[in-house]
Amino acid sequence: MNLHAIRAIYIYEMKRFFRTILESLLSPVISTTLYFVVFGAAIGGRIQEVEGVSYAAFIVPGLIMLSVMTQAISNASFGIYFPKFIGTIFELLSAPVNFLEIVLGYVGAAATKALMIGTVILITASLFVDLDIQHPWIMVLFLVMICVTFALFGFIIGIWAENFQQLQLIPLLVITPLVFLGGAFYSISMLPPAWQIVTLFNPVVYLISGFRWAFFGVADVGIGYSLLAVGVFFGLCLALVGLIFKTGYRIKS
Amino acid sequence: MTAIVTVEGLSKTYKGGFAALKAVSLRIEQGEILALLGPNGAGKTTLISTLCGITTPSGGEARVGGHDIVTGYREARAMIGLVPQEIALEPFEKVINTVRFSRGLFGRPRDEALIERILRQLSLWDKRNNRIRELSGGMKRRVLIAKALCHEPRVLFLDEPTAGVDVELRRDMWEVVRGLKESGVTIILTTHYLEEAEAMADRIAVINKGEILLIEDKAALMRRMGRKSLRIDLVEPIAAVPDTLASYALEKTPDGQALIYNYETRAEGTGITRLLQALATEGLSVRDIETSQSSLEEIFVGLVREDAA
Repeated sequence: MNLHAIRAIYIYEMKRFFRTILESLLSPVISTTLYFVVFGAAIGGRIQEVEGVSYAAFIVPGLIMLSVMTQAISNASFGIYFPKFIGTIFELLSAPVNFLEIVLGYVGAAATKALMIGTVILITASLFVDLDIQHPWIMVLFLVMICVTFALFGFIIGIWAENFQQLQLIPLLVITPLVFLGGAFYSISMLPPAWQIVTLFNPVVYLISGFRWAFFGVADVGIGYSLLAVGVFFGLCLALVGLIFKTGYRIKS
Repeated sequence: MTAIVTVEGLSKTYKGGFAALKAVSLRIEQGEILALLGPNGAGKTTLISTLCGITTPSGGEARVGGHDIVTGYREARAMIGLVPQEIALEPFEKVINTVRFSRGLFGRPRDEALIERILRQLSLWDKRNNRIRELSGGMKRRVLIAKALCHEPRVLFLDEPTAGVDVELRRDMWEVVRGLKESGVTIILTTHYLEEAEAMADRIAVINKGEILLIEDKAALMRRMGRKSLRIDLVEPIAAVPDTLASYALEKTPDGQALIYNYETRAEGTGITRLLQALATEGLSVRDIETSQSSLEEIFVGLVREDAA
């Protein structure tokens, strides 16, 4: 294992993050505050409580998920797409590193950034609402797993993308709608029965539900299903990355 | 001599069916500078990319320091430094960080003293904290060289290292390359500037249409293929070359002031002594004589043309 290489990629990627630390952390803080103002104050005034949890607190896990997922994807996809775009990928390909080491470096850094942003949002949210996290270890496990899994997913997008538009396509057209429709801001039990069934086909429902269970002990689906969903998605992404590197898809001629 | 790079029947056919390398075989000796010449699209960059691991070979095998480039890729690549043709650098990163990154990527522990030495050698030390985008084209190329050298490679591939670089910087780079050779690094250089190959290389390989046309000691090649010409300036101009000198196939300059005699250096006798005697017999007085040798460029163009024919 070329540990120096993993460390070099990780540090290089983290430096990129720290170069723009203010923008990187300020934007999630501002958007979280806005969500609280819009959803918490405006809608919260009408909804009051969902399954025994105040509405403002209820949306916190969903808010964290929304940012963490999109940040993990955009950081990892940009991290690997940028060297392809500017041509520095030649150095990665000519270095004595295997694909696992490349993935560990890039995905590790992207997951770390997402984790840091998730933590900042959690801290910001705790300024607005009282948060009593019932299963902190499960919450951390979920958060880490989702950061890593979506960073892997972002890495795949970064390899696949041939231009900047494609890089934005999946996060904008797939992830954000799935998070919004996946119960980030409501419990799916609030939907008409037919839509409840449809919603169960949205994989993000299981992730948000499990994460929310770790906070408040309430969930749309059983925690076992949520853990299974995270595990399956992680396994799928891992298998896809393995396949990409085995075939050299879009990186090696 | 020991070979540090051996290539046996290496071929590369791209998806569209284009054969960029056709069973290329060559040996590169330890410590030499080999210039790889060829027209655009001849396969120079594909050959280098394949040896460095950027392109997957379709057939054949290659070893670097005895390590197979596919099965022993870690050991093989750790020995290789690559300076690519295109300037590819992250614009927002600092010079020193991008060099540190390369060293780490090649599995080497941090060594600030070594990085300082390399940056000083390439006149980059003062620019170490500059962002890449602030540098001139020539400086960026030096950064690429620093990145390629910072893991102490034994074999260095320089793909058109002086393309777009001004004359002064080019000569500086030649000095750097010579210094590297002295430290025992084997250098494979592709270039469009034949003057560069002529000035630096120990051996010349010519590649065209994915095939190595020749690989030979530079001096021997120039001796073998080089033609020389002798220009004889006459005291009095002549209207026509005398018939007695017809066997020398002399060319007369338009003003009749000089005669040009072409001869091959590899021939047993050049015929110069006889020619001068014959001129004296004809009563032609010689003011001056001058010889010139055909350059590598002419040899190269001749070879590629021959191959195309």
